[in-house]
Amino acid sequence: MSTQENMPQGKQEFNITVYTENQIGLLNRIAIIFTRRKINIESLNTSPSEIESIYRFNIVVNETEDVVRKVTRQIEKQIEVLKVYYHTNADIIWQEMALYKVPADVIAEKAPVERLLRENGARAVVIRKDYIVFETTGHREETDNLIKVLQPYGLIEFVRSARIAIIKDSEGFNRKLREFEREQPGEEVSENEYLNQRDKVFTM
Amino acid sequence: MEATQQDVLTAPEEQEAIELSGSAALLEALIVEGVDTIFGYPGGAIMPIYDALYDYKEKLNHILVRHEQGGIHAGQGYARSSGKVGVVFATSGPGATNLVTGLADAQIDSTPLVCITGQVFAHLLGTDAFQETDVINITTPVTKWNFQVTDAEQIPEAIAKAFYIARTGRPGPVLIDITKNAQIQKFQFKGYQPCNHIRSYRPKPIVRPQFIEQAAQLINEAKKPFVLWGQGVILGSAEKEFQAFIEKAGIPSAWTIMGVGAIPTDHPLNVGMLGMHGNYGPNVMTNECDVLIAIGMRFDDRVTGRLDKYAKQAKVIHLDIDPAEIDKNVQTTVAVWGDCKETLPLLTQAVEEKQHTEWLQKFHEFAQRENEAVIDAELHPQTGEMTMGEVVDQLNQLTNGDAIVVTDVGQHQMVGCRYAKFNQTRSNITSGGLGTMGFALPAAIGAKFGALDRTVVAIIGDGGFQMTLQELGTIMQSGVNVKIIILNNRFLGMVRQWQELFNERRYSFVDIQSPDFVQVAKGYGIAGKCIKEREELQSSLQEMLEHQGSYLLEVFVTKENNVFPMVPQGCSVSEIRLK
Repeated sequence: MSTQENMPQGKQEFNITVYTENQIGLLNRIAIIFTRRKINIESLNTSPSEIESIYRFNIVVNETEDVVRKVTRQIEKQIEVLKVYYHTNADIIWQEMALYKVPADVIAEKAPVERLLRENGARAVVIRKDYIVFETTGHREETDNLIKVLQPYGLIEFVRSARIAIIKDSEGFNRKLREFEREQPGEEVSENEYLNQRDKVFTM
Repeated sequence: MEATQQDVLTAPEEQEAIELSGSAALLEALIVEGVDTIFGYPGGAIMPIYDALYDYKEKLNHILVRHEQGGIHAGQGYARSSGKVGVVFATSGPGATNLVTGLADAQIDSTPLVCITGQVFAHLLGTDAFQETDVINITTPVTKWNFQVTDAEQIPEAIAKAFYIARTGRPGPVLIDITKNAQIQKFQFKGYQPCNHIRSYRPKPIVRPQFIEQAAQLINEAKKPFVLWGQGVILGSAEKEFQAFIEKAGIPSAWTIMGVGAIPTDHPLNVGMLGMHGNYGPNVMTNECDVLIAIGMRFDDRVTGRLDKYAKQAKVIHLDIDPAEIDKNVQTTVAVWGDCKETLPLLTQAVEEKQHTEWLQKFHEFAQRENEAVIDAELHPQTGEMTMGEVVDQLNQLTNGDAIVVTDVGQHQMVGCRYAKFNQTRSNITSGGLGTMGFALPAAIGAKFGALDRTVVAIIGDGGFQMTLQELGTIMQSGVNVKIIILNNRFLGMVRQWQELFNERRYSFVDIQSPDFVQVAKGYGIAGKCIKEREELQSSLQEMLEHQGSYLLEVFVTKENNVFPMVPQGCSVSEIRLK
């Protein structure tokens, strides 16, 4: 094989947004669509959407658009999946949050805390006699940068969240979700004037 | 069992709740869903359901299989011959894991199944209890949907969703895992309401008229249009709509092995089989046509051969109910999403009435060459040992193409699918996508239960038969009438063929010995005969078909015959070899 064939052809980060029902096992059903194709999930966030009973997944993968398109169709095919979108990084506003735990005495003695906070857009979440926990939010490079800064000062623990993303071109998402919830209420909503409209399927 | 469950099910709103066990509620649900036959095998974790079944023997015919894999293949055979949902029972742990091959087979061949597995008590989940397996996670990749029930109250809704999901849209297998406590638990059963809507599930994409128009325009402008059809036509019960379409547009049409039988074999526009061992013309013409119309098929690699040399010259129209199939393997020019039962009539309306006589003639010319090079020798050998093809050909003459033919996997499967004659739909039952050896015998049993008025002939190789021959016990006990033809070439023939063609005849572990199959059958009380001479073939087939009850006919065929034509792996369909 030539080296060219080994090069990832047109791979880039894609952000896959999945709206789903809240169903045990669905995370696995979605995850195996990636693992079966040997695609690594770079980041995965799942949490309730603004609508009770509907969940939103944000999945980040590094792949070609062709593969991502096929994968999103396979995800959308799952029974409890309402809708799937994919976007490049240019199409979204995204953030990751990171926490850093550093010994208080080192910071106090060797580095002016105030300057560190200012320069890295971080804030102290907890200040104790023995340690300080900083928090910063931003792109990967930004949260990485603060690791580098804090490493010499005896970084004790670091953790970073999965990526969450807002889609730039998401006009009407909330409205559509609200309408959908009105027409097709979740199990938690028992009394509802629209309960009988059973022919609607979710579309956005 | 509770006092009575008679007619509790019609109008749930008006129905007074009655106390039922989860198991009884499950069986009531099956009855409302129109289930008449269940293939299953009891065990510890499903005992409460079997206990309830004892009182439902009149309404539900339970067929005791000999292995859960046999049970699920029987369920598949039943579903494929009847068009209904196959129902399978198995216990937890090994019972459930034995279903996995059948689930994978049903998933890839879009066969509607509802499998009910027993599970350990809910409080034991995750404790490595006796016969506990994480069935939901094991079966997730091979089911359309699965769900674990831990409370009897959930049973009616879970079963309703299971049947709805299994049979609608692109059908597939569903597994419901029911913990033992939920089977035993009594609850207030308010009647069973079948499901007809799940808000996150759209079984059929919305038909978009503009794509019908675009497709029709391409077809109308085409000089060399070519239709490929698959099982979607059968699953959508769109055989008539399909025939009307190709007849009006006058388009030569070729089938995948899952689609064969949707129109009669001798329909003038039926030009034969696609793929690796398909007919010469359809393969070559795929790379000659100007518009390729794929209907309810998924461009499997065994059909397309090398993808980057597949139909590159053609505009591609793809009709499919599953949006995930569009552009999956072959880039489409026009995608017609939808149920072909709905889209085909719209397309028929929009296309011009045409006859592509010259174009069709080209297929006939290729067929002629294939006849001379391959088919004549395969179907009508004058000397030497018998061939697989001549057995199928003789069978055609005796059944007139009215039998259901169930094939296993390997050389005999390709020969069976190539040469069996079909006059009606739902007649060819085979493991297409997964290629499951051992499929045919249990699938034939199920197929017979799904179509009691039809003759069912299982054609099986000597290798595949030995994978599930325990199901002869199911035949013995149920008394089902299945005709079994073993085409015995004393080899694992397809692998041997590849070893001959591509591995310099290094016959690595393909030399398989078999027991005396007739004696084995006899042990199960099944009549049988073994023949080695051509002179005996016709009379023996006749004897088999006329025999009251099941019959096993073992036919010794030539050892080292190869199935041709063949598109070698990694080659373009144009590179199909006749020898």
